[in-house]
Amino acid sequence: MRISCPHCGERDLREYTYLGSAKLLDRPDGDAGAEAFYDYVYIRENPSGENAELWQHSSGCSAWLHVVRNVSTHEILSVKLASEAKA
Amino acid sequence: MSRLPTGGQVDRAAQVSFKFDGKTYAAYSGDTVASALLANDVRLMGRSFKYHRPRGVFTAGSEEPNALLEIGRGAAQLPNTRATMQEIYNGLEARSQNRWPNLNFDMMSFTDFLAPFLSAGFYYKTFMWPRKFWLKIYEPVIRRAAGLGRISGKADTAKYDKAWLHCDLLVIGSGPAGLMAALSAGKAGAKVVLAEEDFLAGGRLNGENLTISGQRGADWAAETVKKLRAMENVIVMTRTAITGAYDGGTYGALQRVSDHVAQAGAAPQQIFWRIVAKQAILAAGAHERPIAFPNNDRPGIMLASAVRTYLHRFGVAAGARVTVFSNNDEGIQTARDLLAAGVEVAALIDTRKDITPEIDCPVLTGSKVIGTKGYLGLKSVSVQRQDGSVTQISTDCLAVAGGWNPSVHLSSHMGRKPVWRDDILAFVPDKNAVPNMHYAGATTGEFSTRAALNSGLEAARAALLALGLSSKRVTLPKVEEAAFDNLAPMQIEGKSRAWLDFQNDVTVKDIKLAHRENFRSVEHMKRYTTLGMATDQGKTSNMGALAVMAELTGQSIPETGTTMFRPPFSPVQMGALAGRNTGKHFLPERRLTSDKFSREMGADWMEAGLWLRPGWFKREGETRWRQSCDREVRMVRNAVGICDVTSLGKIDVQGPDAVAFLNLLYVNKMSTLKIGKVRYGAMLREDGLVMDDGTVARLGETHYLITTTTGAAGQVMAHMEFCSQCLWSELDVHFVSVTEQWAQFAVAGPKSRELLNGLLDTPIDNDVMPYMSCGDAGLGGVAARLFRISFSGEHAYEIAVPAGYGAALMAVLVKAAEAMDGGAYGLEALSVLRIEKGFLTHAEIDGRMTADDLGLGRMVAAKDCIGREMSERVGLVQERQQLVGLKPIGTVKQIVQGAVMVDVGAAPVADNLLGHVSSTCFSPTLEHCLALGFVKNGRARMGDQVRAVDLTQGIDTLCEITSPVFFDPDGGRLRG
Repeated sequence: MRISCPHCGERDLREYTYLGSAKLLDRPDGDAGAEAFYDYVYIRENPSGENAELWQHSSGCSAWLHVVRNVSTHEILSVKLASEAKA
Repeated sequence: MSRLPTGGQVDRAAQVSFKFDGKTYAAYSGDTVASALLANDVRLMGRSFKYHRPRGVFTAGSEEPNALLEIGRGAAQLPNTRATMQEIYNGLEARSQNRWPNLNFDMMSFTDFLAPFLSAGFYYKTFMWPRKFWLKIYEPVIRRAAGLGRISGKADTAKYDKAWLHCDLLVIGSGPAGLMAALSAGKAGAKVVLAEEDFLAGGRLNGENLTISGQRGADWAAETVKKLRAMENVIVMTRTAITGAYDGGTYGALQRVSDHVAQAGAAPQQIFWRIVAKQAILAAGAHERPIAFPNNDRPGIMLASAVRTYLHRFGVAAGARVTVFSNNDEGIQTARDLLAAGVEVAALIDTRKDITPEIDCPVLTGSKVIGTKGYLGLKSVSVQRQDGSVTQISTDCLAVAGGWNPSVHLSSHMGRKPVWRDDILAFVPDKNAVPNMHYAGATTGEFSTRAALNSGLEAARAALLALGLSSKRVTLPKVEEAAFDNLAPMQIEGKSRAWLDFQNDVTVKDIKLAHRENFRSVEHMKRYTTLGMATDQGKTSNMGALAVMAELTGQSIPETGTTMFRPPFSPVQMGALAGRNTGKHFLPERRLTSDKFSREMGADWMEAGLWLRPGWFKREGETRWRQSCDREVRMVRNAVGICDVTSLGKIDVQGPDAVAFLNLLYVNKMSTLKIGKVRYGAMLREDGLVMDDGTVARLGETHYLITTTTGAAGQVMAHMEFCSQCLWSELDVHFVSVTEQWAQFAVAGPKSRELLNGLLDTPIDNDVMPYMSCGDAGLGGVAARLFRISFSGEHAYEIAVPAGYGAALMAVLVKAAEAMDGGAYGLEALSVLRIEKGFLTHAEIDGRMTADDLGLGRMVAAKDCIGREMSERVGLVQERQQLVGLKPIGTVKQIVQGAVMVDVGAAPVADNLLGHVSSTCFSPTLEHCLALGFVKNGRARMGDQVRAVDLTQGIDTLCEITSPVFFDPDGGRLRG
């Protein structure tokens, strides 16, 4: 699998570290309550198809990336900096 | 001699000698071990896996199931090497495998007579009783009886490399299709890699007698390769098998760099390439189908294409009197080629009734081979003629032509199965199977050379279009050849076994048994019979087995389906996958700046993450590590000790929002930390459990330096990057790891200030540098940082200097300490000192503990931070196992790390579990063993007695629960 880092260009999978769903970008406010945090920490969709994920270019520029990937075909559909992906 | 007087592409001027099973033979450069053995009339090359049946070479290529040999001697001995792929070199030593005492007389061949008991899945049914016999008797015996080659058991001495290669177009296979595609793409200026598994490019052109543009096919191939090699944008890689197709246009490739020479010299033995290609063309050709008939596995029976390859490429007659058996025109071609070379053809047996080939040998149409004779090598075949009569034909070689299977393997590596083509009765690649892969030649089911050349051009055109390059005009060479019809795979019934999978000894009967026992899906059939599961991955057997199963179930072959092809296409040695990452090179090693100095002091070393740290410094008269460790602990408690603590993670945090950021990272409040002060802090994960602990030092208005534990430095850095980029990108904060930029040393003990004041440019006192403070310092003009922090419980400092001064400072500090009855101390003493004080490491912070479990509950501030909300959920606040100290009070004085805690009268079983022991040591200060551990509601049970039980060693220790702070509980020594 190859991911195009917005800073460094297309690089092999080995340079990246996977974290999980891009849902992790949407951290509830500190006072949102247990229910909201439970949902944030544990509840995940399990799609067979497109999934928005967080990857870090850990052996490169250290940028956290928002990657849309088809988890069935491993096709990378889009890559942007996580800091720019938040709505 | 079976070597013909002329012909072939071997270099007859370059004679070499090699050994097979101890006997010396002659060969020519350009031979494979298989062709060389055939040239020397050696037909018997191995024994089969299960029945120890005598076997000879069956193919002339990568798909070889039978002729597997051990090559080389000593540590470099390489088992299961295909004789058809191993190039000959002078002095090569090859040995047959899976036989005892020798190849001609194999004692283990009695297993062949046991065949009725060793049918498919026998190990699921037999040798079950008595139950305890399996492990000690049945399994060892079966394992010894079955099998392939032996490894040397010694560490591999060969060097391997791993490498990357990037190109526009990867062409897989150098037959007519691949050569044409590479030529066309090369001329268009694309960066092309042409990979060929064989050592000679050309594919079938080397094994056939055909003419391209008025040239011999092999000469046209050689000339085309020469043109390609002359192009700067083309890399021709022979001896390179593409082993797998992966996501994103990545391909695995094994290049056998030095397998064809006696000594690799400076070059690696093999290189495992990862080739990244924007476009790819699969032109891997096809594998000829065998025909299953009774006793079709004797040495001397081989594929007709192999017979032609040995003839045309190596100038070797595969037999003195060859019989040809086929269901298609390849049989006629084979017989004609043999006759033209002066080889006697006993008969051409064709299953078709309606053909009348013009050929100068006996022709039996509408006939089939129904049996063979010759234990160690073929002697005769029984042929059933059209009228039902049976004829014996004496012969030493049977060339079998059963049609062709396109080599679709790489096309299914990404999960798509191949598709069936009714017109050619074969599977071909699904065109959408691998993104950006095109298909050309026999792989697509177009078996003629003309179609191969043409489809090579077409595939190149499609690839160039996708690359945005324009095709240059390339003329299609002219070929003279007859059309070819593929026919259905066939098997012939009989009393004796008819082999499908030669390597794993799977016969038509086994498939029938699998069908009877309802293992009818191909995936079940495969695993029940082990068909296609040997090192050749069933390249010659899968189709035949499918056809048998299809017939039994009354389904068509496409309805029956095909199993998934997975990487690697051909065997890859583990060494090649490891490359140079073996032994000490498996992981990088991080060394302290004081490494050399510590070595000179005779340190014993311990690994802490990737770091090498001194465990203890042995002095004269000390014979056991405990003596050194105890002395070092006493040294720190009574005088002063020096320890290199550089390996702790150091992260420099700066920016207007640095403090806001740290407030969100740590459970405790960092906003109240004053300049020049240090605070101990803990970080949680978002699930509420503790991630790491360390110190935060405020160096300036917006400048902080945080430390992490040695092992968690990388994790904490990535976590901070996540928080800053993904959660709070609006905060203006920057941070960088400075672990390696600063060498840092602990100066610990009652005499630590006295020692430092002898070295510092400006002396310090308790007002300038009280406990938990930090500041700049000078050391002979070198700008240093001084921290009044302690991991030993003593009056202590950590002094940091730019890493280049680390070694010098260590030497100065140790010399000064030794003058004060102190000295260097290592990781063992450091650990004892911190256990005596109840300080934490990752033995306690094991990813399952809350801040409160660890006794840090009071630190958690009422503010948002990572993990705070989740740390308050029900499961994390009640009935928790809490950090306590443990002191042995019974006759057993030792407490074992990892021991489980139970109440005094309770059995050590899961239901009674109270907790576990996380750290233990012998305390030279208190003169007994002590431990840190976790006990359910432990803080409310001070003074209670519990047991620490280690069931693996049978050590059961009666303990008293104490405070985790064993020594100096009010911390007077820290502040002094």
